[in-house]
Amino acid sequence: MSTVTLPRLQHIIGSGLVAAVGASVCYISYTQQPSEAFLFPRLISSVFLVLALWTFIKACLGWTKVGNGISMTQFKNLAPGLVVALIYIFWAAKGFGFYTATTIAFFILLSLYDPAPHTALKSWVKRMITTACFMGVMYGLFALLLKVYTPREIFF
Amino acid sequence: MEFIYYFGDVFTPINFGLLLLGTIGGLILGATPGLSPTMAVALLIPFTFQLEAAQGLILLGAAYTSTVAGGAVSAILLKIPGAPANIATTLDGHAMALKGEGAKALQLSFLSSAVGGVFGVLLLIFLTPVLAQWALAFGPSHLFWLAILGVTVIGSLDSKSVVKGLLSGCIGLWLATIGFDDIMGAQRFIFHPSLGGGINIIAALIGLFAIPQVITMFAKGRKNDGAEAIQVQKHPIKGAISELFRYKRAVGIGTITGSIIGLIPGVGGQIAGLVAYDQSKKFSPDRDKFGTGHPEGLIAAESANNAMVGPSLVPLLTLSIPGSPTAAVLLGGLLIHGIFPGTDLFDNHPDVAWTFINSMLIGQILMCIFGLYVAGMAARVAQVPQSMMAAIVLGLAVFGSYSVQSSMGDVYVMASLGVMMYFLERFGFSAAPLVLGLILGPIAESNFIQGSMIATATDGLAPYFLTGTLNLFLIAVVILSILYSGYMELRTKRYTSKEEIMA
Repeated sequence: MSTVTLPRLQHIIGSGLVAAVGASVCYISYTQQPSEAFLFPRLISSVFLVLALWTFIKACLGWTKVGNGISMTQFKNLAPGLVVALIYIFWAAKGFGFYTATTIAFFILLSLYDPAPHTALKSWVKRMITTACFMGVMYGLFALLLKVYTPREIFF
Repeated sequence: MEFIYYFGDVFTPINFGLLLLGTIGGLILGATPGLSPTMAVALLIPFTFQLEAAQGLILLGAAYTSTVAGGAVSAILLKIPGAPANIATTLDGHAMALKGEGAKALQLSFLSSAVGGVFGVLLLIFLTPVLAQWALAFGPSHLFWLAILGVTVIGSLDSKSVVKGLLSGCIGLWLATIGFDDIMGAQRFIFHPSLGGGINIIAALIGLFAIPQVITMFAKGRKNDGAEAIQVQKHPIKGAISELFRYKRAVGIGTITGSIIGLIPGVGGQIAGLVAYDQSKKFSPDRDKFGTGHPEGLIAAESANNAMVGPSLVPLLTLSIPGSPTAAVLLGGLLIHGIFPGTDLFDNHPDVAWTFINSMLIGQILMCIFGLYVAGMAARVAQVPQSMMAAIVLGLAVFGSYSVQSSMGDVYVMASLGVMMYFLERFGFSAAPLVLGLILGPIAESNFIQGSMIATATDGLAPYFLTGTLNLFLIAVVILSILYSGYMELRTKRYTSKEEIMA
């Protein structure tokens, strides 16, 4: 009996989710009214579902050849950055104000992934200068040049 | 020869300034590993909103051209291709730099890029109006099949797995239906208030191309991958020009190969460079020297990947089918200015069309001139740590997608699609067909609805969509592209397993 490896399991879960989305889209397309508005979605979702099921069956049988999935090391590396990015986008940007949130997120991400040592004072100063320069450019580009009014909220 | 009338428009102060900005900026962005031409053009789109259509397209076109050429700098000096199109450049370019011929390699690279690029744009100039007139013969059923062809060709040729490529295209077509239906005004798949107005193409483009790249950089962790650049010594430009004449066969092979590959929808510069390199090697008497720092290999690869740029816009500007993923993003740039490719573009907006195309021609020459000067600076930019690049790209993506409609909903859509695309890419799905589906979806749907209305009043749905020479031809191309890609996929797998057995 063959054992289910991590990439294979990931493929099964991934393609299973895609197939579930395909099935939901197909169900909605065929049940919602007015039917004329769903003519094209019906056509697309039928093909979508067939291809998604085919991919899912291939993944279950272990026939998937393309895509390596995500290794544990990659996941551990990307998780902190992804969490910071998602908090920044879905909460902090609106909650704190665009520029404040971007400054904080930029500095945290830079500090998290910068290969320079965390113990050296010089590297912290460099990160702060980089953040200030980046925010200066962003303010110049978007607020002054393009005149984009961003949410100011609590801070700025 | 209509294009000549609009040549002067390229040299107005604003247009020429934008052309310079796009060219120099594109060279630097292209040299930055991890910033692909597609992503660079997608991130630039928000900056074109306040510009006129022609000006916006000049900026995007210049960035497209020069990011492809700029990728050669990091390929030669760092052995890191700035873009997938520059993979073949590393083979001989970096070897030349190691031998102390870095400056010569850069000069040859920009000169051959300019030769290939100019030829490619000339093809664009002369082929586009002819094909645009031909497009007049297209009715709703043909335009529907053309849109489907655009998705299936890129879905099957641009992906490692045909089924996953087509599935990506289907996901894109479905995403395009989200929002209110144009005819009945009915709500479709609006699961969140942010989706009420449908998915904004620009926010989606930024998310689908930029966010997966940011997460990929996160996934590398705190690794110091700022590679050390090789110092370049001065080399007379005259020497490089005479060397280019000496290897005119490589220039010819590269230019013709790149132009032909550019015309085929879905086949990108990466393939053009590699095929030209391979063909040049086959026809060269010095084929044993390839890979050891031989100028012929570098010249063939660079002339091909820039010759591909112009022709990749021919199917885009005439039939709405982008020839490459970056051309798909340019299509998004056209649509946000209310300009539709095809006869509409050349009949109603000839100033926009020809100023844009002419600017690409001038851009090739500017790219060559500035490339030689910017190369040193670009090599330093290429050494920027990926941690900084990831944070910069994320910031630009958030601000860029917000600035489209001053809507947080667009930022949420951008981020959600981006994160989804990262995980889909890890399982073999591809962003290019998804983007094509999203862009061509409304065109396919409106023509499908129009066609069904005509069909109801005449012969019925099946005869209207499935008969007629042009319909059958387009359906045959759709099927053939899928079958060919399936065959190639099977053949690659067979070769791989054979190699595995031999090992």
